Amino acid sequence: MVWFRKKKSLTASVEKKNVQVPEGVWTKCKNCQEIIYCKEIERNFNVCPKCDYHFRIGARERIDLIIDAGTFVEMDAKMRSVDFLDFKDSKKYKERIKAAVKKAGDGDAVICGEGQLDGLPVVVAVFDFSFMGGSMGSVVGEKITRAIEKGLETQAPVLIFSSSGGARMQESILSLMQMAKTSAALARLKAAGIPFISVLTDPTTGGVTASFAMLGDLNIAEPRALIGFAGPRVIEQTIRQTLPEGFQRSEYLLEHGMVDMIVKRQEMKKSLSQILRIFTRS
Amino acid sequence: MSQYLDFEKPIAELHNKISELREYSTDNVDFTSEIQKFEKKAERLKKEIYSNLTRWQRTQLARHAERPYTLDYIERIFTDWFEIHGDRNYRDDPALVCGFARIDGQPCCVIGHQKGRNTKEKVHRNFGMPNPEGYRKALRVMQLAEQFRLPIFTFVDTPGAFPGIGAEERGQAEAIARNLREMATLTVPVIVTVTGEGGSGGALAIAVGNRVLMMQYSVYAVISPEGCAAILWNDGSKGPQAAEALKLTAQDVDSLKTVIDDIVPEPSGGAHQNPIEAAATLKQYLLKHLNELLEYSPEGLVEQRYQRFRAMTEIEED
Ligand SMILES: [Zn+2]
Repeated sequence: MVWFRKKKSLTASVEKKNVQVPEGVWTKCKNCQEIIYCKEIERNFNVCPKCDYHFRIGARERIDLIIDAGTFVEMDAKMRSVDFLDFKDSKKYKERIKAAVKKAGDGDAVICGEGQLDGLPVVVAVFDFSFMGGSMGSVVGEKITRAIEKGLETQAPVLIFSSSGGARMQESILSLMQMAKTSAALARLKAAGIPFISVLTDPTTGGVTASFAMLGDLNIAEPRALIGFAGPRVIEQTIRQTLPEGFQRSEYLLEHGMVDMIVKRQEMKKSLSQILRIFTRS
Repeated sequence: MSQYLDFEKPIAELHNKISELREYSTDNVDFTSEIQKFEKKAERLKKEIYSNLTRWQRTQLARHAERPYTLDYIERIFTDWFEIHGDRNYRDDPALVCGFARIDGQPCCVIGHQKGRNTKEKVHRNFGMPNPEGYRKALRVMQLAEQFRLPIFTFVDTPGAFPGIGAEERGQAEAIARNLREMATLTVPVIVTVTGEGGSGGALAIAVGNRVLMMQYSVYAVISPEGCAAILWNDGSKGPQAAEALKLTAQDVDSLKTVIDDIVPEPSGGAHQNPIEAAATLKQYLLKHLNELLEYSPEGLVEQRYQRFRAMTEIEED
């Protein structure tokens, strides 16, 4: 499966070495610039084997890494976004949705369902950043809320893997309201004593961070993920200063007390299993 | 001295003429009938201009430098007001004022964004953009209100939560998120009024109410028109187009899924033209909604608020 394509710069460097490589077999790590065999990255949970850089991955890949094989039952797969404001910038929202669905093969920016994690029943919601920047409109807000309600109904812990630029501008005020809706649902989950683990992956910003993603009983981040309220560009323009080294990265948030721990992707399932077993006393 | 927006200029010219005529009036020269004629014309012009405002013009009106701010409304609507300060963790945030007061004799809690009038005040109030400690103070005060069984009134008027290094370090996102979750559980009435700019999560963080009202010329959106333009048009100066696309006026928001419960009418030309009248009208609306909510049980209030936001969904299934 060629889901990761080589960059132009790679072609150039490869040609210099005069090595013939078929498309998508080798790639260059964005972080350490090493040329690496794609299969090797894939085998390593899409983490660079040389420098530990965590490549962004799709929602389906993430579910495969976390949920026991054959146990995932998707919820609300047929839910679709509606262009109720007739929103148009350079392109109509209606067309953006259509194009995104076609490209992703999924209905929107989050996939939710029930499944098992090391045999423990969980409800899981996973963002796909490639679907309109993982943005949250009505569909994402509704799917997340129903996932939380499913946790309430079945008493299963809820896991949300976020990767999102924030609220979806094309649904204006109603996407803002998804922040209140999802957070209110979490209040009920908390009152019922059911664990909610928020996993923040690269990047998680805006209205998603400022709602459910920061409300985990535990907030767990993948290494070096960009996590924040405002985007770094907006901050730089507002305060007209260059930002400190590592600003808004997982390690920085850990230092400032905003996340509980940083867990490598290779260790994520094991850590979640250990945590959930303690929280559910099982 | 009044400040006029571009589209208000024709009205301003008429007003100038009227004051000139008044100045030249003496015992011998009587301009009364001319003055009356111009006043009528100004009134007509006002009606015409204000009923045909674009969304961008309405955004400018919502941000008008003379628009009443939270403390102006507090002074005119409430009695026995006292402000309290600080989040008990870091500092006091002057961009968000919190305190207690009475409305029509009924003890209550009041919270609102606060902007400044002159340069010094604007800096002191951080242009109405709270830091995390502002939201944490607001939550502390709302929970105090709950402890003493007092209804809560909030006034929303912010370009957004402040995007700064310190704000990020101290958890701007976490502070907003926590308010959203905790406001959902309050067992006392929460009545929200968007008085000026309802800017994104920074507005919503004090706006999870049983009732949400918008002043006639206020705006409420997920992002500022300028911010939206910078991202979607790659050009921050395309604010007017973005304002049209975002459908951010009180009338626009009212046409969507029960996001708001009422539009509070403003005096002709906007609240700043007659702040006393604007406050008096708003007070009537606040009392009406308060009286309805006082009928609810504590659990009933939590449930009503939950269902209010739970219903905000616009999707297609199957
Ligand atoms: Zn690498």
